[in-house]
Amino acid sequence: MKDRKLLLENVHIEGIETFDVYRKNGGYRSVEKALKSMTPDEVVDEVKKSGLRGRGGAGFPTGMKWSFLAKPEGVARYLVCNADESEPGTFKDRYLMEKNPHLLIEGMITSSFALGANLSFIYIRGEFMYILHTLEKAIAEAHANGFLGKNILGSGFDLDLQVAPGGGAYICGEETALIESLEGKRGNPRMKPPFPAVKGLWGCPTVVNNVESIAAVVPIVNDGGDAYAQIGIGRSTGTKLISASGNIVRPGVYEIEMGLSVEEFIYGDDFCRGIANGKKLKACVPGGSSVPILPHSLVTKTSAGEERLMSYESLADGGFTSGSMMGSGGFIVFDEDQCIVRNTWNFARFYSHESCGQCSPCREGTGWMEKVLHRLEHGHGTLRDIALLEEINKKIEGNTICPLGDAAAWPVAAAIRHFRDEFEWHVNEPKLAQLKNYGLITQPSVAV
Amino acid sequence: MKVNNQIAHSVHEPVEFRTETMEKVKELIASYPEGKHKSAVIRILHLVQAEQGWVSVPAMDKVAEILNIQPIEVYEVATFYTMFHLEPVGKYVFEVCRTGPCMLVGSDDLIDHIGTKLNIHVGETTQDGMFTLKTVECLGGCGYAPLLQCKYKFHEHLTTERVDQLIEEYRSGKYDQN
Repeated sequence: MKDRKLLLENVHIEGIETFDVYRKNGGYRSVEKALKSMTPDEVVDEVKKSGLRGRGGAGFPTGMKWSFLAKPEGVARYLVCNADESEPGTFKDRYLMEKNPHLLIEGMITSSFALGANLSFIYIRGEFMYILHTLEKAIAEAHANGFLGKNILGSGFDLDLQVAPGGGAYICGEETALIESLEGKRGNPRMKPPFPAVKGLWGCPTVVNNVESIAAVVPIVNDGGDAYAQIGIGRSTGTKLISASGNIVRPGVYEIEMGLSVEEFIYGDDFCRGIANGKKLKACVPGGSSVPILPHSLVTKTSAGEERLMSYESLADGGFTSGSMMGSGGFIVFDEDQCIVRNTWNFARFYSHESCGQCSPCREGTGWMEKVLHRLEHGHGTLRDIALLEEINKKIEGNTICPLGDAAAWPVAAAIRHFRDEFEWHVNEPKLAQLKNYGLITQPSVAV
Repeated sequence: MKVNNQIAHSVHEPVEFRTETMEKVKELIASYPEGKHKSAVIRILHLVQAEQGWVSVPAMDKVAEILNIQPIEVYEVATFYTMFHLEPVGKYVFEVCRTGPCMLVGSDDLIDHIGTKLNIHVGETTQDGMFTLKTVECLGGCGYAPLLQCKYKFHEHLTTERVDQLIEEYRSGKYDQN
């Protein structure tokens, strides 16, 4: 289970970022297979069979998303790759694109063929401008070798691929905001319906997929959807890139087979190698800043005492009471010396900064939460403030056009749920809270 | 977005972009389907900022003229995306990540240290016009934290010693070629 690599298998091969080396190591086989021996629908079927779920965070089945794409006669369709990676704690797509750009280009070609798109885009966050240049170089190489452009491999399929940068806006990772941005506008999410599959880029049917999802199409087409579905556990098929950060010995990007135990991932020699500086684990945010935080007692075990696994189902076990989510795989680890109130305030500040401002519950609510948490963290809070946070939370959740509001609300709710003692301690011992840390809580504060 | 979206009204002289910038701009516009060239606006603003150091109102007006769109369509984009400097900045802008995973490994102290070292607050520019210090939200390098970005270049695994060295390296023009 440890050594299963589908996406990062070749990243350490010298020169893998060039077409020649990539091709020599089996690159672009999926394009040949799909264009020469499969129909677009057969490619879609393989992706459906694979059980691949969107790797950007929502975990929606990719094959199903593809099958929703409207195909009106004479209207262009677009595939857009979401490389806006900006969920705090997540840096896997950056690693993949930087180390193995041709894997993404190959995935884009095969996927565009499946969807009938003749012009596809990779929308990358502006901060990754150097990767934009890496990708453009890879695209030029693919063109020069006949894998892009007109009549690819004599199949009659035409495809152009373009890379477009963002300009520093978390919200553009939301697919409709991304489309707006790609059209050269502010990244304000659109009301759904209509969904992008019906009306997306320039009003045309559009599929938006995360980098890792597109890359996974390559092994799925090469080896078949059934073979991919054999990997992993239950409905969490395949491998997952995990970005590990925070207070661990060895932060970085790991490709794991779904179903690996969280214990093994945090403490195993092949992975994070435990908590840094010999400290103890206090908490973990397993799927990027938007997912609920887990206190140490719920990180490696579920509330029922079962071993917690790195899979969509196991990480969510216990729902919002005692579970969390796989999200984007941004695995953030907190040691015993970290302050949960400070971290919650930090994340609230992030969401307040990144709210696009369209919906008042999110625009105002994230700002209020940031202010109240600032107050608590800096020793000016009251017990009423903790209740106030919970009230604001309920008024944001579910009342906004896009999920940013929920993403801002959930981490605050979870932090209070599991670390209420620590929040109250900040109120009751404001001076002490400025000098030292609350330390390790041995039990979650709610009965689970 | 809570950004410094006060656009600077102090500069009025029309600007012209360099020939090489204009060539890239034309190439970009041509790469989009007919009538969809407005899509190029964000990337053009990146090019403008790379050339001019920041994005002034006359520069935005010029972009609008090139794309044949209303100036407001450029202003509304430039003020939304936080990477665009809408006021003059130093030659080098240190954008230090301050979000959760960076904070866990010491970004707060690092930001304080840079401020002290350069004798400026966050958002300010040194008197010699060399450095501007800004804080930014998640740069997507959490596993290599703490980190900062300067002219699209990432500097990771930072320590106070490394930052001191970095300041000297920038002063001496080490990174000017890229």
